[in-house]
Amino acid sequence: MKGMTLIVKKTTQLIAGLIFLYGIYVIIHGHLTPGGGFAGGVLIAGSFILLILANGSDFMKLTKEETGSTIYENLAILVAIFLAVSGMLFGAKIFFLNWLPKGTPGELVSAGMLPLYNIFIGIEVAASILSIFLALVIFKEEMSE
Amino acid sequence: MIPYLLCFILFLVGLYGVITRRNLVKIAISLSIMEFSIFLFFALIGFVEGGVAPIVDPADPVKTYVDPLPQAMVLTAIVIGLATTAMIMSVIIRIYRKYGTFDIREIKNLRG
Amino acid sequence: MNPLLPLFVVIPLAGAFLIMILGSFIRHLNKYLASLVLLFLVTVSFYFLFTTGSKVSVYKVGGWEAVNNIPIGIYMVLDGFTVIVLCIINLIGFLSVFYSISYISRYTAENNFYSLFCLMIAGMNGVVLSGDMFNIFVFVEISAISSYALVAFGVEKNELEATFKYQVLGGLASFLILTGIAFLYWKAKTLNIADIRNVFSSGYDRKYYLLVQILLLSGFGLKAAIMPFHAWLPDAHSSAPSPISAMLSGVLIKAVGIYVIIRLFFNMFAISEGMAILITTLGTLSMVVGVFLAIGQWDIKRLLAYHSISQMGYVVLSVGIGMILISRGIRTEIAALAIAGGIFHLINHAAFKGLLFLNAGAIEYAIGTRNLQEMGGLSKSMPVTSATSFVASMSISGIPPFNGFFSKLIIIVAAILARFYLLALLAVIVSIITLASFMKFQRYAFFNKTDAGNKIKIREVPFPMLFSMIILSIVCLLLSILAFPGIRDIILSPATDILMDPSKYSSIITGM
Repeated sequence: MKGMTLIVKKTTQLIAGLIFLYGIYVIIHGHLTPGGGFAGGVLIAGSFILLILANGSDFMKLTKEETGSTIYENLAILVAIFLAVSGMLFGAKIFFLNWLPKGTPGELVSAGMLPLYNIFIGIEVAASILSIFLALVIFKEEMSE
Repeated sequence: MIPYLLCFILFLVGLYGVITRRNLVKIAISLSIMEFSIFLFFALIGFVEGGVAPIVDPADPVKTYVDPLPQAMVLTAIVIGLATTAMIMSVIIRIYRKYGTFDIREIKNLRG
Repeated sequence: MNPLLPLFVVIPLAGAFLIMILGSFIRHLNKYLASLVLLFLVTVSFYFLFTTGSKVSVYKVGGWEAVNNIPIGIYMVLDGFTVIVLCIINLIGFLSVFYSISYISRYTAENNFYSLFCLMIAGMNGVVLSGDMFNIFVFVEISAISSYALVAFGVEKNELEATFKYQVLGGLASFLILTGIAFLYWKAKTLNIADIRNVFSSGYDRKYYLLVQILLLSGFGLKAAIMPFHAWLPDAHSSAPSPISAMLSGVLIKAVGIYVIIRLFFNMFAISEGMAILITTLGTLSMVVGVFLAIGQWDIKRLLAYHSISQMGYVVLSVGIGMILISRGIRTEIAALAIAGGIFHLINHAAFKGLLFLNAGAIEYAIGTRNLQEMGGLSKSMPVTSATSFVASMSISGIPPFNGFFSKLIIIVAAILARFYLLALLAVIVSIITLASFMKFQRYAFFNKTDAGNKIKIREVPFPMLFSMIILSIVCLLLSILAFPGIRDIILSPATDILMDPSKYSSIITGM
């Protein structure tokens, strides 16, 4: 698909970085404010999708992007599963145990394993929504040829 | 009573869409609307009189909180609804390529 | 707190994502990794089958212990009934993966197939192992979404239309299940199955209880293809690739449909006579209408799909007879017999229906058509397929000494002892019509004289497909020993005990 006009391109170049940063904020503060892995991941995917929509898909080489995002998605979820199973290796040997020290409530670095889970689930959700979008766009490209 | 009734009306709107619309995309969107009505119902169930949002504030610890468990259930169910909608949309795009139409009355290859 | 319990869900999940990464780099790794994962699961589930007996194992995820005897965490529960269904899932799953090593090589994107298959196995294991309602819903959704993608795997016109119909009805089923859980949480304020039983045992509003029961029965009945909700099954099961048809018809409608209905209605709800009569009526309807719709079919897989509806009707019928007897409070040993017959028929149906679908896939692989009127005389050119298909057809029709005979015998005897003579007569008539239908299948596919065999050279199918079919036919022969008293006490009696006693399940779990 063709890209949009120059105004849209310049505006998205300014805004996409801010949206990405806001997504990271929502993910990292998941144990203090509402949000967490899912919502932050969708925001990060939103910033990438905005860039692709504004610049047009023949400008960006999209099939390479898709293999990249699929690999990120699978790696992130494997790390998340490993974190869950790591409760069985350290600590009291129970699945899904929260075995890191918990700190004081209200601080950024607290609540044991929860920020780690949030970060990896956020990467996974962002990569998978981007993969869905790329799969549909690439299929449409192949269909109109 | 009124919010519960509105959830039910939203469900009926979605059901009407699934049954009577001919376009495949409209059927998929109506299915999505039906699921949203039950998310609203879940959020309404956990209401406690005089409660605030269930976020612990270290300065003011003892308060009455709204029940946080239905909110966690709704988050999971929203993600499941997203996966279902994405799945059905990709099947619709493939159907358009094979059959050439979005009309559900043309798609009756399997009979009997 | 047996640490092997979470592994049933974690290992196929990790395997699915590992196959997606490594399968694109190393060439044949995906098949072997999937087979290895499932072989490990089969060994662990059979270990549990022979060591569980009557004890109930509970695993508290995250280590959250109960407070004042009220469970607050997510529980994973393994008891006598669970371990039977777990063995069925993993055994048929392993044989289907082994079969698809040579069958799926005809499609592209094999990575996605094995990955989705492992996800479906993880979802089904999670359903049978979970001890609270919302976990059941999440795992049902995981396995259902994987099965939507697998039905549409080879993207032809028939498969896409079948999966669209399947998806819309599956979405409706998920909505009904979620509504049922919402209403249940509103009154009980807890999600644990054992705890809900305790909350409701101290008094409840009758109409509200009936609403929750109807919602959950409709939702899970749609997933299990009981009679008024069966419209998606013939299309979806006949258009899918054959190993997926064997998994769907042999395992999925049992693990996410019938298992959950039995578990909820015996261990969570107090049984009332009206619901028991309703369930028995639905079972009888499925049994009779399914077999009458199957008579006129000429497509092999559609024929087998309609017979799936009919045989599931047998299971629901016998479980319903058990429920009626328990709700009246009389003659509980006949209720135990009826429930044991139902569970035995569940196990048998998984074995012989899986074998029949694998045979249909082998026929399609060799000839290329599924229409019974275009084939014939295959018994000379495909001897192993012909022999295993004969074993499966005799099993499903209830001919001794195969396993179908013993389970149908137990169901009919239980119906006669409980004085439901009409139901026993219907069961016998349906069995005779099933025999006629499968003799038609055998005659047209294997024993007819044909002239079409000269055009294509028909050879026997490759080794992995033969291996799965032979193992399943041996299982069909071996399962008939489950009817004998010594072995029945190890395997079937713990399942009926945990289901029948009204408060045993809830008191054991909240006491832990």
